[in-house]
Amino acid sequence: MLPVMCEVRLVGISKRYDGDKAGRAALAALDLAIAPGQMVVLVGPSGCGKSTTLRIVAGLEDPSTGQVLVDGRDVTQTPPALRDIAMVFQSYALYPHMTVFENLAFALRIRKLPEAEIIQRVEDVARSLGIHEYLARRPKALSGGQRQRVAIGRAVVRQPKVFLFDEPLSNLDAKLRGDMRREIARIHRASRTTSLYVTHDQVEAMTLADQIVVLKDGLLQQVGTPLDIYDAPANRFVAGFFGTPAMNFLRAEVADEGGQRTLRGAGFALPSSTTSAMNKDVIIGIRPEGVALSGAGVPVAGEVNLREVLGAEVVLHVASAAGELTVRADAKADARPGDQVMVYLDPRAVHLFDARSEARL
Amino acid sequence: MKRPRLYLQLLTYAALVVAAAVVLYPVLLVVKKAFEPGRQFALSASPIPTTLTTEHFADLFGARGGHGELLFLHHAWNSLVAAILTTIVGVSLSCTAAYALSRMRFPGHKAGLITFLVVQMFPATLLIMPLYVLLDRLGLLNSMVGLVLVYATTAIPFCVWTLKGYFDSLPRELEEAARMDGAGAWQTFWRVMLPLARPGIAVTALFSFMTAWNEFIMASTFLTDDSRYTLPVLIQSSVGQYSSDWGFFAAGAIVTSLPVMALFYVLQKFLVGGLTAGSVKG
Repeated sequence: MLPVMCEVRLVGISKRYDGDKAGRAALAALDLAIAPGQMVVLVGPSGCGKSTTLRIVAGLEDPSTGQVLVDGRDVTQTPPALRDIAMVFQSYALYPHMTVFENLAFALRIRKLPEAEIIQRVEDVARSLGIHEYLARRPKALSGGQRQRVAIGRAVVRQPKVFLFDEPLSNLDAKLRGDMRREIARIHRASRTTSLYVTHDQVEAMTLADQIVVLKDGLLQQVGTPLDIYDAPANRFVAGFFGTPAMNFLRAEVADEGGQRTLRGAGFALPSSTTSAMNKDVIIGIRPEGVALSGAGVPVAGEVNLREVLGAEVVLHVASAAGELTVRADAKADARPGDQVMVYLDPRAVHLFDARSEARL
Repeated sequence: MKRPRLYLQLLTYAALVVAAAVVLYPVLLVVKKAFEPGRQFALSASPIPTTLTTEHFADLFGARGGHGELLFLHHAWNSLVAAILTTIVGVSLSCTAAYALSRMRFPGHKAGLITFLVVQMFPATLLIMPLYVLLDRLGLLNSMVGLVLVYATTAIPFCVWTLKGYFDSLPRELEEAARMDGAGAWQTFWRVMLPLARPGIAVTALFSFMTAWNEFIMASTFLTDDSRYTLPVLIQSSVGQYSSDWGFFAAGAIVTSLPVMALFYVLQKFLVGGLTAGSVKG
């Protein structure tokens, strides 16, 4: 298969639904560039506009303003049938009255390809997805995982310019979801087709994406590689959205102690290299792995509220004067609910956010 | 599920038996007459004939018209043509209309739907006079085309509403998938939506066929040439003011109802539906 690498650009895309009395925009002035051959994952909570964005790229919905460009060509007014973009639906949307073979062949038949080529392409794709033996079956005779494979196959067989995935794995159980995630990653590596993938699952986003796009309430929060997003979240929302267990947030104030900038909160004082103004209210973000039960960090006293055993490690929820702290600890840690403990905050693991705007400082 | 108590079950069955008897008794009387000798209805209320004969059926199939043609077959052909044409015209127009009304928004969308509903509320007898005048002006009185037009227009509102409901129930993603796969509006309709609507189409086809096949009043009003009569008109003409052959009438009624029963039987698996199973999640 020849790699078809296309660039997709969204310019000033916004979407407002007529029915929305509050006049809120589902999407507000979104600019986005997807480099050729990349897998870009749109992620965010329900109603953040990620599916709307995908459907606008697909042509299933018209943007209120803005343009969709594929390889520099404006396709905003082009009907979906002519955009040469394939989409994998959350509900699979397999044609129930057709066999798996007919499902896969449908788009090729529409394009009136020679029958021999259709058979060849369908069989190749079916074999690579492990659904070859089900070609004669109807979708209702397949399991959820097999249906998902057919849905992906139906997109792959077309060798389109762009793949769109609309939460393709959310109807699968945890084990299958992992398998299919790796399958999608393999297909993307093999075909290098520019892909846009929508999910609310941060694990899918982290593992699949070349670039992650975080949306909330129709507004772009951050664009970056998975590590950018994890290591340097642009604001408190992004910081809290990525990572399991979620990041701890503590209120503090910028202070000066003996010439050293310090973040002073309730029951702790963290040395910091921040250049923020004195007395500024800030939010300290620190991931559970930045909080330890022993070590060189800044100590905070607290009481264990809850102990969650994950096998290789335990997660402790500790109530402290500074606020509720989640601690990721070794499975051998024997702190029990009710125990008084000291936890240590690693000053190097601290993210700082403006208390008012919640933007990264 | 818990099994209902025995006396409740018995009560249910008793109620069903009574209901079935009430519905079936008149039918049984007709069946009895068809197999009983004599032109008149017997006075006995028993639905079981005392002596059996097939003479009425022999009369029915053997009767010949003015040109020596087999009367029953000739008129059965008229009925069949009317019913099939009505079904074709009615179903094809209501499929396209229902799909458009289900999936597209255009000026007159709501008004159109409501019109279809409102015209259903008028009794057919009210339409006979205006339709007669219309057909007369159009030169379509006493013609099959005129009759089919009238039947199709009476069947279409019901068919459109039924099919619209059916199209509404089909998942929108299937259509979107077809559009993404490169299908135009017509291909999406023809290759994806229409095959999925088969159960709905079966219901409306059956309805259209029955509308035309069983209809009596309009056929007897608009058809004046007795060689054009459909079966119900033919059968009714055997029961006149001065002489009535109820045996012929009963045999005719039974034979006429057989095709519709057969159709029902063949189409019943579509009437249950369930064709979309497996297309979307679950």
